[in-house]
Amino acid sequence: MKMDNHYCIYICGVGGQGIIKTSTIIGEAAMNQGLDVVMSEIHGMSQRGGSVSTELKIGGYNSSIIPNKGADMLLSFEPIETIRGLDKVNSETKIVYNTHPIVPSSSDKAYPSVDSITESLKENFNHVLPIDGTKLAIDAGSVLALNMVLLGAVTADENFPLSKDSVIEAMKNNLKPKFHGMNLKAIESGYKSIKG
Amino acid sequence: MNLKELVTGAPGDRQFLLGNEAAVRGVIEAGVSIAATYPGTPSSEIGNVLSVLAKDANIYFEFSTNEKVAMEVAATAAASGLRSFTFMKHVGMNVASDSFMTTAYSGVNGGMVILSADDPSLFSSQNEQDTRNYARLANVPVLEPSNCQEVKDMVKYAFELSEQFGIPVIVRTTTRVSHMRGVVEFGDKKDNSSNNDNHWKRGHFDKDPSKYVPVPAFAGDMHVRLWDKVHKLEEITNKSEYNRELDFAGDKKYALISSSSAFNYAHDVVKFNELDVDILKLGFSYPFPQDLVAEFLAEKDEVFIVEEVDPIIERDVLATIGAKGLNVNVHGKLDGTFPLYHEFNSDVVSEGLNKILGFKEDENISYSASLEKLQEDIPGRAPVLCAGCPHRAMYYGINKAIDELGLTSADVIFASDIGCYTLGINPPYNCADYLLSMGSSVGDGCGFSVSTDQKVASFIGDSTFFHSGISPLINAVHNKHNFVLTVLDNRITAMTGGQPNPGIPVDGMGDDAPEVSIRKLALACGCDYVRVINPFNLEQVVKTYKEAFERDDTAVIISKAPCTLIKGLTKKPPVKFVENNCNNCDKCVSELACPAISKINGKITIDESQCDGCNVCMQVCKYGALEAGR
Repeated sequence: MKMDNHYCIYICGVGGQGIIKTSTIIGEAAMNQGLDVVMSEIHGMSQRGGSVSTELKIGGYNSSIIPNKGADMLLSFEPIETIRGLDKVNSETKIVYNTHPIVPSSSDKAYPSVDSITESLKENFNHVLPIDGTKLAIDAGSVLALNMVLLGAVTADENFPLSKDSVIEAMKNNLKPKFHGMNLKAIESGYKSIKG
Repeated sequence: MNLKELVTGAPGDRQFLLGNEAAVRGVIEAGVSIAATYPGTPSSEIGNVLSVLAKDANIYFEFSTNEKVAMEVAATAAASGLRSFTFMKHVGMNVASDSFMTTAYSGVNGGMVILSADDPSLFSSQNEQDTRNYARLANVPVLEPSNCQEVKDMVKYAFELSEQFGIPVIVRTTTRVSHMRGVVEFGDKKDNSSNNDNHWKRGHFDKDPSKYVPVPAFAGDMHVRLWDKVHKLEEITNKSEYNRELDFAGDKKYALISSSSAFNYAHDVVKFNELDVDILKLGFSYPFPQDLVAEFLAEKDEVFIVEEVDPIIERDVLATIGAKGLNVNVHGKLDGTFPLYHEFNSDVVSEGLNKILGFKEDENISYSASLEKLQEDIPGRAPVLCAGCPHRAMYYGINKAIDELGLTSADVIFASDIGCYTLGINPPYNCADYLLSMGSSVGDGCGFSVSTDQKVASFIGDSTFFHSGISPLINAVHNKHNFVLTVLDNRITAMTGGQPNPGIPVDGMGDDAPEVSIRKLALACGCDYVRVINPFNLEQVVKTYKEAFERDDTAVIISKAPCTLIKGLTKKPPVKFVENNCNNCDKCVSELACPAISKINGKITIDESQCDGCNVCMQVCKYGALEAGR
């Protein structure tokens, strides 16, 4: 079912990490490149520190929900949220995730070690790409630039149908000019962390 | 995108919009003059955006106290010849329904559109009711957009239709349509410029009691006129461009009828699996286009009905098949092909189609044992009350008071209400035992107080109190009911994203507005015990609850402190942990359960990015291990 210029990204993490904004920027860039794009997001009760996810589909889709095993990329802002997003991935999905944990306060269960998450993922999937996005964001100027680091990481996938430049243009159209310098730095470092 | 472009955007412009933003552009293109709502997910962003744009768009906009008032504001505007718009979440229709039903009878002059946003799979609602039932109950037309472009186009078209037939029109969305983002191409704007000094246009109400006053002598004729309109509308739905056939089938055997978000899944499953199935997409689904459906099914053997949530189109298709003497098998929710509840997705639709068409291969994907174990063991991340939330202090305090009075949790019934504070259901607070609807905590307090010998504690938010808490409070006083009502006044409508309400001095367009006092309302209702307290003073919280529980009337406690998410509040520095003083009692973690406090590797840890210095934890710690930050 894989076709040219079709690309589905499942983006997940924790409320407040800038997930919806990141997805909107990708969507707007797709529109500007003349591609069909639909996106799904959840508001309301799902915020308040809960898990948050968006789904973005580029190509001739009507539905904005990615079928099980249908994602080309899983972009996760938090290690255990990666595990929660696995319904959407198949063995060839690019799994990019931030290795910095946010420990939920509402659960009695222990938070697993991030190394064990990485190991288990590598046992099952062919493209497991952990990055210390939080550190890269701090290096770029602020922990709040995490979403820009991960945005840069998406553009590094050779199958991603959008150019880095068009994503940067859309970023500039959506975020305040005073943060553009930091955001560009964050996007570059995210890009390099995948491309090497 | 700058939201102002929804007003300034020219025909042909393309924007990547949320479904709810697309609805606003539709409203602007339609030249609406009056808009009113009560916020509710998944419709809330329409109000948030209108609140910012109303003045630029020549629209009067208000956050009404409840959906019924919003419906009445829109109905009278339309009776006065203006275009009017009201919108709400699906359960808001229940509140608005009394006036809505009559609006269908009396009809409208200016176009009137009601957008009702359903919530299949209950992302943030108490039920999955299907608004399309209201269209049938009231006999008003319903349009069902599937994507953002259609939201914009159908909202605009709904106004033309409403004006043409003198009838209110429902635009029904679902969460996946309201919260979908997609590319929207703008169209022309109808002029709605003001004919007076104010920023919105004024209409004129031409009196005609036989049309607008449904006394029995007139209402009978109104009902006859309503059916005349419905029959004329049937001719339109049978030919509507929003009811269109998509030809995927080589042979004529299989058909599929679908609407709204469910259509998107059906379309993609048929297209990407190259299934031999013709699709009829119903965008204008009531009055039901019976002739069109009969024609579509004439040569078919089997038809799938793919819809969320109730089997409404399915029943109409069955009726059509019966009325027209067709020989077609129907596969939908009623025969078990698809589930009767929850939202669909491509997987659900493809599983249903597969039962008849058998196109799918079995996919059994199994993971390594270590990953399967991880999947089972990862901690959940349910929504919680924010760090610094005033509700947490109240829930902690009431439990403490109950304990100090020698009562147990079983002795007290907690009647909860609709808002962030419903999260009090979670341990360790366990402060939600019963809930029906907006404002129900007060009426439930009345009922429990006469039905049991248990103590009753009702919790309601400020906005919910204004919405529908006042008339049951009058009931409580007059009928001598005995319970403690807490109004959690956090100075905002928080759950839906921070809209103003009558308790704060700002209205829906950002102008100054009179502040309505909850305390004075409670006193005016006749309550003898009304206390306004600071929830962050735990001693006062516990003392007040103990006092209130010992009374035998309706006691009102108003917890007054702003929601921590309100922008521009000055926050205190984060609390510091003093390890040497810690006695490892863990009360700050286990009894307060603030998301900014966790125990990591045996040590209390304060998440400074979350802690807003509310200092409630310092009052919980008896050992001085938590101290004010500097």
